[in-house]
Amino acid sequence: MLSKISRGAAAGFATLCTALASGAAMAAWDLNLPVGVTPISRDVYDLHMLILWICVVIGVVVFGAMFISIVLHRKAAGHKAAHFHHSTFAEILWTVVPFIILVACAIPATNTLIAMEDTSEADLTIKVTGYQWLWKYEYIEDGVSFYSSLAPSSRNAIYGDPWAVENYLLEVDKPLVLPVGKKVRFLLTADDVIHAWWVPALGMKKDAIPGFVNEIWAVIEEPGTYRGQCAELCGKDHGFMPIVVEATSEDKYKQWVAATKADKKTQLAATTPVSQ
Amino acid sequence: MSSDITATDSHHAHDEHHEHGPPAGLTRWIFTTNHKDIGTLYLLFALLMLLVGGALAMGIRLELFEPGLQFVNPDFFNQLTTMHALIMVFGAIMPAFVGFANWQVPLMVGAPDMALPRMNNWSFWILPFAFTLLGSTFFMEGGAPAAGWTMYPPLVLQGAGNVPFMIFAVHMLGMSSIMGAINIIVTIVNMRAPGMTLLKMPLFVWTWFITAFLLVAAMPVFAGAVTMLLTDRFFDTSFFNAAGGGDPVLYQHVFWFFGHPEVYIMILPAFGIVSEIIPTFSRKPLFGYESMVYASASIAFLSFIVWAHHMFTVGMPLAAELFFMYSTMLIAVPTGVKVFNWVSTMWRGSMSFETPMLFALAFVVLFTIGGFSGLMLAITPADFQYHDTYFVVAHFHYVLVTGALFAIFGGVYFWLPKWTGHMYNESLGKWHFWLSTISVNVLFFPQHFLGLAGMPRRIPDYAVQFADWNMVSSLGGFVFGLSQLLLVYVIWQTIRGGEQASDEVWEGAHGLEWTLSSPPPYHTFVEAPEVR
Repeated sequence: MLSKISRGAAAGFATLCTALASGAAMAAWDLNLPVGVTPISRDVYDLHMLILWICVVIGVVVFGAMFISIVLHRKAAGHKAAHFHHSTFAEILWTVVPFIILVACAIPATNTLIAMEDTSEADLTIKVTGYQWLWKYEYIEDGVSFYSSLAPSSRNAIYGDPWAVENYLLEVDKPLVLPVGKKVRFLLTADDVIHAWWVPALGMKKDAIPGFVNEIWAVIEEPGTYRGQCAELCGKDHGFMPIVVEATSEDKYKQWVAATKADKKTQLAATTPVSQ
Repeated sequence: MSSDITATDSHHAHDEHHEHGPPAGLTRWIFTTNHKDIGTLYLLFALLMLLVGGALAMGIRLELFEPGLQFVNPDFFNQLTTMHALIMVFGAIMPAFVGFANWQVPLMVGAPDMALPRMNNWSFWILPFAFTLLGSTFFMEGGAPAAGWTMYPPLVLQGAGNVPFMIFAVHMLGMSSIMGAINIIVTIVNMRAPGMTLLKMPLFVWTWFITAFLLVAAMPVFAGAVTMLLTDRFFDTSFFNAAGGGDPVLYQHVFWFFGHPEVYIMILPAFGIVSEIIPTFSRKPLFGYESMVYASASIAFLSFIVWAHHMFTVGMPLAAELFFMYSTMLIAVPTGVKVFNWVSTMWRGSMSFETPMLFALAFVVLFTIGGFSGLMLAITPADFQYHDTYFVVAHFHYVLVTGALFAIFGGVYFWLPKWTGHMYNESLGKWHFWLSTISVNVLFFPQHFLGLAGMPRRIPDYAVQFADWNMVSSLGGFVFGLSQLLLVYVIWQTIRGGEQASDEVWEGAHGLEWTLSSPPPYHTFVEAPEVR
């Protein structure tokens, strides 16, 4: 209930602000966390809104009291200072009440966290390896693998006109294709330095660390193209190794796997060492 | 403070017997063992570093003004972010607070000087050498460190010639901090005037007392971490190299075991300064003095058991993630107590709004906003979205710029008349306040939106949907940066002359330092004042 109200209110506020802004770049004045396309990302969004509104309410109370003081209890208005400097009741109250609020936040946060960390019973496993500065994807069950790096269209526009390119810095040469409605487990690792694999719409981010394997999972519910970026400083081209996920129906995914396997060039590319 | 403090013997009487002023010229500053001189050196050095670090930040905002690369290449951009952070943290914020401690702790506890004056000289004079070492890397082949101030391996080990320079600079900064901290602890423990019991000490002294213990405990951990980086880089050890049986994440645990206390090292003295300013201009005693002391101590304790919230995304066991989420949320309780106490101090006071008070009020509001985003970041599942985005950048700049730095600004305006004997120009001070406060919010508030919309931090170029807020943020940044030149002018003007400040300076001032003349004589409290 709370989350529904908050979502509505946030959307309303965002709409108001974008309406005030010029029409040309509407989406660019985004204010809030977007809701993703996985069940987890919706839980995360609800948690985000819950804690945001708690902060807003506390802020209104505290800053309100301060504002009243500033207006009424000023020397210029002739207000004489009181001399109290202690109240055991108040101090117990404002220790206990915040503690209770925190417990109320911790309960849903704990439940979501437990769900996030449960990578068991996945339908599909993708091994993701971070390199300076591209990604490698290996479909463990389906035997497909390839590298994915920044699209030339974006790379050529870095010193040119970024506005002329579609999806500037968020386009890759080969996207990660995934089926919708399946539990996909991602195994994250890296070859050189630490990277972080993050697609905001999937509601999860985790580091890809050389020598170690991390796990996350996602069930994508809507077909579409979802874009993300490396989120851990990994050297000079850290800002230039995007991630693109294309979520399609299971049928189309199977067709894609078959077509990719048939494509000899792709398989060759997968076994050729990186030269970047 | 709940007690009345009076200096029983007048300083004017005994100063005449003991007055030996400072030697003239440069040697005064090089060989000085006087806490006031060393405090001044620390504060001026911090101001210089603020301008240098600020110039680097303006370079960052210039490149981020619009999408595409216009001014710097990506590697130099990373050098800018790394050096900006190192200079601001270790060169501006920390030395500024040590400068306040040097000036104020002896004056506030009624001591003639710091307990270990020669070590005091040394702890300051290490700093210029450390920063020369660090800054020289800009002119080396391969440039300055570019792996972020957190220096995560394996990336940092890819650095060229700058690695040993950075590590030895960190060692020197650590030595300087530890010596400064020991000096403060010894001064507070041994040199309080008769009657100045622990629970009569001004809150600024208390918060620095606690900070000094954090420094002594945390800095050696940092020194250990960077020493392991050094041996990994040059002596083939594998502390952080998985291929040799090490673990890159181990570095992050060790670093943040230092790094989180470091966060409180940079904010507890700010709490202390604000706790001096607000009662003065509310003309009312600080509300809940004892609970302020206990809250500071609780925050200091908790700061040692929350470190992994900086690294939720490294992949920890569920139990560890839950522990660090709960312990981090818990910090909101003592921090909240402090904010509530400040507001209660103002409540039914008789408030006036000179520049120090304006900065203190802005501190309370804007630091609390930084606290709110901190609470949001504590929620681990949500942190997975916020982590390493501009939301985090906004968060820590709210607590460090509008938190720590604003408290420093407030403290400078508060005590500058005492230190120099001259009143600063109040209307210029207010201009500095309003320009800074408006521009700093234009600078950092939109960064929350950028982070939530998905912009990672530490990138030199970005997708075009982030362009609008970045331009707004950059404009705020340019105004904020240039506004600080006004502060430099006000300080210069006040040192040079101005209206003579009274001993008390502020109508509502309480405490030993206000019983001294403005400026205080070179040697103060040669005979201990009596505190009742």
